[in-house]
Amino acid sequence: MRAAVLVFPGTWSDGDCVWALQQVGIESRRVWHRETEIAPDELVVLPGGFSYGDYLRCGAIARFSPIMAAVRRHAEAGGLVIGICNGFQILCEAGLLPGVLMRNESLQFRCQDSYIVPVNRTSPFTSGLDAGRGYMTPVSHGEGRYTADEATVRMLEDSDRIAFRYGTLDGRITPEANPNGSVHGIAGILNERGNVLGLMPHPERSCEALLGNEDGNAIWRSALAAVGARV
Amino acid sequence: MPVDDHVLQQVAMSRDEYARLLDLLDREPTDVELGMAGALWSEHCGYKHSRPLFHHFPSTGPYVLTKAGEENAGAIDLGDGWVAVFKMESHNHPSALEPYEGAATGVGGILRDIFAMGMRPVALLDSLRFGPLTERANRRLFRGVVAGIGGYGNCIGVPTVGGEVQMHPAYSGNPLVNAMCVGIGRREHLLSASAAGAGNPLVLVGADTGRDGIHGATFASVELAADSGERRPAVQVGNPFMEKLLMEACCELAEQHKDWIEGLQDLGAAGLTSSAVEAANRAGTGIEIDVARVPRRAQGMTPYEVMLSESQERMLVIPKREHLDDVLAHFRRWELHADVIGVVTDDRMATIRDGDQVVARIPIGILVDPPQYPPIGVRPADLDRIQNEDLAAQPDVTDASGALLRLLGSENLASRRWIYRQYDHQVQNNTVVRPGGDAAVLRLKQSRRGIAVSTDCNGRMVALDPRAGGAIAVAEAARNVVATGARPAALTDCLNFGNPEKPEIAYQLEEAIIGLSEAARVLNAPVISGNASLYNEAPGGSVLPTPSIGMVGILQDVTTRLTIRPNVGDSIVLLGADVPQGAATLAGSEYQWLTLARLAGRPRIDLAHEARVQDAVLTLHGTGRLTAAHDLADGGLAVALAEMCIAAGAGIDAAGIEVGDRLDGALFGEAQSRFLVATAEPGAVAALAEAAGVPATVLGVVSGDRLRLGPIDVAVADATHAWETGLDEIIAQI
Repeated sequence: MRAAVLVFPGTWSDGDCVWALQQVGIESRRVWHRETEIAPDELVVLPGGFSYGDYLRCGAIARFSPIMAAVRRHAEAGGLVIGICNGFQILCEAGLLPGVLMRNESLQFRCQDSYIVPVNRTSPFTSGLDAGRGYMTPVSHGEGRYTADEATVRMLEDSDRIAFRYGTLDGRITPEANPNGSVHGIAGILNERGNVLGLMPHPERSCEALLGNEDGNAIWRSALAAVGARV
Repeated sequence: MPVDDHVLQQVAMSRDEYARLLDLLDREPTDVELGMAGALWSEHCGYKHSRPLFHHFPSTGPYVLTKAGEENAGAIDLGDGWVAVFKMESHNHPSALEPYEGAATGVGGILRDIFAMGMRPVALLDSLRFGPLTERANRRLFRGVVAGIGGYGNCIGVPTVGGEVQMHPAYSGNPLVNAMCVGIGRREHLLSASAAGAGNPLVLVGADTGRDGIHGATFASVELAADSGERRPAVQVGNPFMEKLLMEACCELAEQHKDWIEGLQDLGAAGLTSSAVEAANRAGTGIEIDVARVPRRAQGMTPYEVMLSESQERMLVIPKREHLDDVLAHFRRWELHADVIGVVTDDRMATIRDGDQVVARIPIGILVDPPQYPPIGVRPADLDRIQNEDLAAQPDVTDASGALLRLLGSENLASRRWIYRQYDHQVQNNTVVRPGGDAAVLRLKQSRRGIAVSTDCNGRMVALDPRAGGAIAVAEAARNVVATGARPAALTDCLNFGNPEKPEIAYQLEEAIIGLSEAARVLNAPVISGNASLYNEAPGGSVLPTPSIGMVGILQDVTTRLTIRPNVGDSIVLLGADVPQGAATLAGSEYQWLTLARLAGRPRIDLAHEARVQDAVLTLHGTGRLTAAHDLADGGLAVALAEMCIAAGAGIDAAGIEVGDRLDGALFGEAQSRFLVATAEPGAVAALAEAAGVPATVLGVVSGDRLRLGPIDVAVADATHAWETGLDEIIAQI
């Protein structure tokens, strides 16, 4: 599997994603937002950053970038797509995922460690993870409070589309562990087919013991294993 | 003389300076020429009062590649072809008026200095000073500055990994906002900010030019006054998104197409004027600019306004003629505007046209040769009395445990988490030691090496003894770096002082520069870049003399870096001095401020001993026997030990240690040249230290849940609570 790491004007996690993917043996190419092609077997990564400065609304302009049509086709064809932080915001703005990321409850930017507990156990991104424990993935955002109307949240929960909730190292979902006030502690959600993941924390930052932790690699490894199994 | 006082005031030029300009020009200047000369002769650009002192700075060392003053920032050799460039700069006055934009554009400005050299910014640090946060106005500035730093740094994707903040009443109304940036790259990609090669075009890239920030450089060079609010148009507005594109485009240009260009220069204070003139001066050339070709965002701008605008996020590129189209296409691909606005000439003149009309034609030599005013310092009349006060006349501490908890929760010592959790300190995946310790450590992805970075300065010490205080600022910044296991390589300074035309300020400035230069020499950390911010005076008086030091050290193997967190079971050893200390060591200390709310006594430092202690710590680190290290600074031994216990989540029993007959000196005194180290082999560590002439005392073993040091006995949980909530509680007030 190869990764297509998208670069919008203002994206800054592209380098970190390429680096983290390398740690688990996935080669990447960077794809400028004006490009229009994505190969079917590529893992599409929408990294973090402030696309177009996010002066209007996070991800609101990036969704009009030429590459997004290819992302949409890729998702519809069952290809893997992961949007991290600003990438999650872009996927929501583009309608590939429901809901919206609002300003943190603290009204401040937050950069800190957080643990995410896998909820869905069947998607390519989560099937390789252990239940009942938290994975350390740092958050770094000012607008990461996942919000959706009650019916949507219920639908997500009923259809096993909650990928992760904020929790503790030992897998408990607690209000204290929620760094931004997300509804029901939601840290990441899936599309209906489970091939598109939006995730607010940064797994690409917990990719090496030298940086403090390598829990984030489990998500990439899960995707790698799932694709291997599919082939 | 036809020019009136108001016009001169606007360009911060004195009558005498105007006469000098007339004399040099041999005619009346045009208004554009006057504006350009005023800006370049301002303290901010011309260093009129500080440059005569720069000869004190040691400028060479084993690591130095680019010396101070040669380029936009200094450069050091990290080995294997890797280079670090760094610089610190002030944005004090803008932040006093508009804390968010002032701080944000301070970050933007220092970033441009770094990527103008072709190096990728990898770290930001901020040295901040405010008045007491018990005052609402100071809290407003504090919140705004922190938000502005985060707003810019978070958006652009450069981690803010460190810095420090200290509060003191002298900073009320005139906060200090010093931003430092470190860039890393390959030596062969280093660029020069040089306008070489007559006939080469001048290309302006980035934001359109507006009326913002006109007279910013001159505004920075006068005292803040009650009506300074009217200067608000002199504050610029930042666009970090535009800067992100500029940064990527410039770094890529350096890395892939360096042969296309002669030079790259940022636009900072005094905008196009200083940018073009400095670049031409570096190359020994001239420049001709047609302001009609400068893209504007405001209508009806005069040539004067275009030349002096400080609109942010602009760069001046000097492509080789034959690669002009390549360069223009390169920036277009990054979705940036790039326009040819002029040409390099060989006449050493700055010629400014507005279409066909020449509006300025002035020799570069005049513009870059501001008058120099060697400061004539007079030692403040009451300094002897203040220094000679007998600190032992104050009663000794009675409730040492209570004093420790108050210190840990005080606005100057409490955890800075409230600040740094608002900064992205991890992006780029290099942050090995995060904010909250002595220095941040970043790894170099392509090698085993790492760098440690720290900022430091204790203005109280400098106020009490400018020479010793200047040296202490350097020593402390170096100790921070050494505590991670890194060897100090070079430093940048940001000289924040009051009005240098006042004799006692001139004295502080000169003495502090001499002191910091001595320390830089003895500790082998030459000064490779810097900035002077004078006239830091609010209506209440001048700020504490604050020569902020930004130190960079090199770790040969980043996996061996130390943090302040010991393991449970480790022994803690005090290095550098014995535990007992006299009351004299409380001079300028946090404890003195907390108990007396005034400054008294005379801080001292023995630089030869400082070097010996730092070397000993690095030698011990090299033996692999250290598991943690922490320098002793604000709050003294008790606070440093408490910080290690808080980090470990465990206590220590050093109740039986000999503390001498002056508890406050032993526990909270701020004698210099001391470290705490953690080790599993205390005997060997102490013996090695003592063999090197460094006193060593084994304090105890990290264990249990109480911190006991002489008469101090507190639960680590209580210490942690005081330290973690101290700043939050103060800042939470409306």
